[in-house]
Amino acid sequence: MINFQYLRTTTAKSAIALLGKDKNAKFLAGGTNLIDLMKRGVSAPEKLIDINHVPLKQIEQVGTKIHIGALASNTAVADSALIKEKLPLLSWALQAGASAQLRNVATVGGNMMQRTRCGYFYDTEMPCNKRQPGTGCGAMEGFNRMHAIFGTSAQCIAVHPSDMCVALIALDAEVVLANSKGEHKILFKDFHRLPGDMPQLDNNLKADEMIIRLEIPTNNLAKNYHYLKVRDRASYAFALVSVAAALEINNNKITDVRLAMGGVAHKPWRLTASESFLKGKEATQYNFEQAAQLAMKDAKGFGGNDFKLKLAPNTIIEALNLAKSKA
Amino acid sequence: MEKRILKDDNDRVDGFLKVTGQAKYFAEYELPGLTYGVLVTSTITKGKITALDTKAAEKAPGVIAVVSHLNKPSAAAYEQEGGPQMKIFYTDRIFYNGQPIAIVVANTFERATYAASLVKATYAKEEFNTDFEKALKDPKAKKFQGQADYKRGIENAYKTAEVKVEERYFLPIETHNPMELHGIIADWRPNNQLTVYAKTQGVKATQGTIANVFKIPMENIQVNSEFVGGGFGMALRTWPLEIATVMASKHIGKPVKLVVTRMQMFTMVGNRPAAIQTIGLGANKDGKLTGITHRAYGETSSYENFTEGVVNMAKFMYQCDNVNTSYAIVPVDLGVPIWMRGPGEATGAFALESAIDEMAHALDMDPLDFRIKNDPETDQQKNKPFSSKNIKEAYKIGADKIGWNNRKNKPGSLTEGPWQTGYGVSVGVFNANRGKASVKGILKADGSLLLQSATSDIGPGTGTGMTLIANKVMNIPVNKITFELGDSSLPPAPSQGGSATLSTVGSAVNDVCVALKSAVAELAANSNMDATANFVDVLKKNNLPHIEVTKESQGGKERDNYSMYSFSIHFVQVKVHSLTGVVKVSKIVSVGDSGTIVSPKTARSQMLGGAVGGIGMALTEESIVDHRYGRYINNNFADYHVPVNADVPEIDVNFINKPDPYINPMGAKGMGEIALIGFSAAVANAVFNATGKRIRTLPITPDKILA
Repeated sequence: MINFQYLRTTTAKSAIALLGKDKNAKFLAGGTNLIDLMKRGVSAPEKLIDINHVPLKQIEQVGTKIHIGALASNTAVADSALIKEKLPLLSWALQAGASAQLRNVATVGGNMMQRTRCGYFYDTEMPCNKRQPGTGCGAMEGFNRMHAIFGTSAQCIAVHPSDMCVALIALDAEVVLANSKGEHKILFKDFHRLPGDMPQLDNNLKADEMIIRLEIPTNNLAKNYHYLKVRDRASYAFALVSVAAALEINNNKITDVRLAMGGVAHKPWRLTASESFLKGKEATQYNFEQAAQLAMKDAKGFGGNDFKLKLAPNTIIEALNLAKSKA
Repeated sequence: MEKRILKDDNDRVDGFLKVTGQAKYFAEYELPGLTYGVLVTSTITKGKITALDTKAAEKAPGVIAVVSHLNKPSAAAYEQEGGPQMKIFYTDRIFYNGQPIAIVVANTFERATYAASLVKATYAKEEFNTDFEKALKDPKAKKFQGQADYKRGIENAYKTAEVKVEERYFLPIETHNPMELHGIIADWRPNNQLTVYAKTQGVKATQGTIANVFKIPMENIQVNSEFVGGGFGMALRTWPLEIATVMASKHIGKPVKLVVTRMQMFTMVGNRPAAIQTIGLGANKDGKLTGITHRAYGETSSYENFTEGVVNMAKFMYQCDNVNTSYAIVPVDLGVPIWMRGPGEATGAFALESAIDEMAHALDMDPLDFRIKNDPETDQQKNKPFSSKNIKEAYKIGADKIGWNNRKNKPGSLTEGPWQTGYGVSVGVFNANRGKASVKGILKADGSLLLQSATSDIGPGTGTGMTLIANKVMNIPVNKITFELGDSSLPPAPSQGGSATLSTVGSAVNDVCVALKSAVAELAANSNMDATANFVDVLKKNNLPHIEVTKESQGGKERDNYSMYSFSIHFVQVKVHSLTGVVKVSKIVSVGDSGTIVSPKTARSQMLGGAVGGIGMALTEESIVDHRYGRYINNNFADYHVPVNADVPEIDVNFINKPDPYINPMGAKGMGEIALIGFSAAVANAVFNATGKRIRTLPITPDKILA
């Protein structure tokens, strides 16, 4: 058998101590992705540290920020009255992900840590630079309908599959991490990374670090928002393209705007150029179309996913319109 | 376990057992000394195994044996010249990627799984091709005739018609993917006695296949399959994985259980083959069809040919004097296909019923009017009257219920913001069969009736239907009737397939019940009782604990005189998002014209399942192979999209429910297949009506709408 050590702990401090700098150790939370990876032979941790009993499930307002513990379940966050009131975009994005059963056990930290769903990554008989660096990218000239159009490298065109993370990057979230020396904070947009020459790394979390919580500033975006996920079936399917859109409109002028996309890159993809363009302008169809065009700069298709070059701007426009028209 | 008793006539005999987890499926049987098998599968697509290193696996904890072509027990049939074609596992040949090459048996499933990962095969690789379209284009690639060419009147008459349509339609591979994974428990005991618990659509077929492979008497083999968690055609044959498990059990002298993984469901148990079809339709300006040409190519495997009735419908569905069809199969290096719900016809109907819609559009006619105008009174192919056909009535019911008069003939007419609404209709048809089956009836003095037949119930509600047939003939309350099936020792019946079970086995139930009634009447007369005396009193008076009758039943000459088909009409309303390409089926009305409806609840359930399967075929299902490697890329439930609840609107099911006067004593025709056949075309036609875009390649995913 492929043996592994199973450890259970109840404090973040001891979890971090157990982790050490052991590259073959992994935290186990909901396990909705990790267990699959282990069954498929993609991941074989020697040490599994069960952190489900670590008290990091809080969802609370602290000053002007909303804190969400790394172990809060996707369902708990999506259903939280506080989140629905202050950060409804996040609630919507979570509801669009996975299935109710998966959301019940999947955690916020686990959602951030989930790996790509690229079929070549999961089949150990196929080449994949992410799974086994140097073997090549099966998707590049293969089945790449689900794959990235932004930020790709010659090594990898996989996408990050999360919906939650698309909302979080739009909402300027921060991530509190901890190691044995204590806690520190990074911007959520710096958590995930592009594949570059090291597609095996999905994010910038270091081997000795643990995700503790998210901190999300409150905003004036709880009125005009929408999370639009385009997928092959109405539920339980990963995004072809998804768009998180939120607008603050005063006197018909856009005073704040957030736009991010999922299903298009190795990380949740914030549309900063589109945002800058829209800020201060009127919320019109013409401006939305211009913003969508700006978002597509540097987009590149790989054959099977060429349709995303059309679908992505369309989805941006539609999400902005739905956000604007929200009563 | 509680017996399968119907509580009332709106119930299912197995409903309570299924929802309370008491229904026992093959994998749930615990036999003394049970061991667990896990398959090792090929990682190349074509070639030969040159070495198989099983040492590490054999040494792994809990491993009892590794059985492969190197050490398998002899199977007499495979040793013969021209024996069964599927020598997969039995030889060193690799025919496709993911084929079983060894079975590792251990004392736990987990240990067998791990040990299977330690088996290392070395191969001599050969060039391969898994790309159907490439094979079709390659003049050097083999092609076989799948069905005799058919011609009535002038060949390709459509080409000279006043109005013509000629289009090509593509259907990808679809995989059945029932909830229950495939597998078997095999227990080979001394003196060649074998008991199996199988997932099969035919216990007699499984018994016969195994008996033939190992050349042992049928009576030595007991096959049990009381409950089946969905078949859809994939359990209509005994696969190499099942033979491998029987061999493993014979080899180690212990019972072996094998349950395949979801991924293996894509490579071990068949699929609906990909198909490329060309339809040519000709009509005069008044909208009468003057020519139909249907040419189809179906995918098959390189090691075994598979054919199905793709071009049947074109020959009789519409009034037309000039019809010609051809059907060829094209081998590729993938696992052999098998029937999948609505086999052949569902593939053909997608093309034909799309083309009919295209012709109606070309004529600027309502597609429903066009169908009615070309509806035949008799079967022109067989030159016989239909035994029963109420299709015009079905059209009317469906049209009223879907609100067909809201439809605009001009595509893209109904818009609301970015959403476009469209309506589509399509017809489904399938041969109304009746085979030969035997049923034993035991009428007991306690007032109960036990019926037995070696038929199967893969989900349609066979036990329920049979109980209701007996109830009607005998007038015994349903809660006093038990129908036993899924046991090869019971009187023989065919496999459950081709929508024939109710007609075939139901007729035998009817005949047995009629015979029991006469037997009771005769006993009553002989014992000076009134002819209408209750059978309980008659049996008691004669000191009989029970009377027993076994009857074999089959149809007669009626099939020589009539053309027998079941029909369905599917109406759908769709909403298409013009910016994102998302298609939502927003309303479904299905009308079944399949004779008497014996069991309303389970018949309705069949239509519901057919519509859901139809949504999958139309919008979501496609098994994708990376032709560079010959491996499936979406072989799991996250990536192979079957419809989920959110994809399924309210389904309005209707039946004509008029008896067919000729087919069988119940007047009931099969309806499992027609529930799905044609549905995908109704969706494609509705999408065209909504958007003006004609999608001829399934499934209709957002990228195709945006293209």
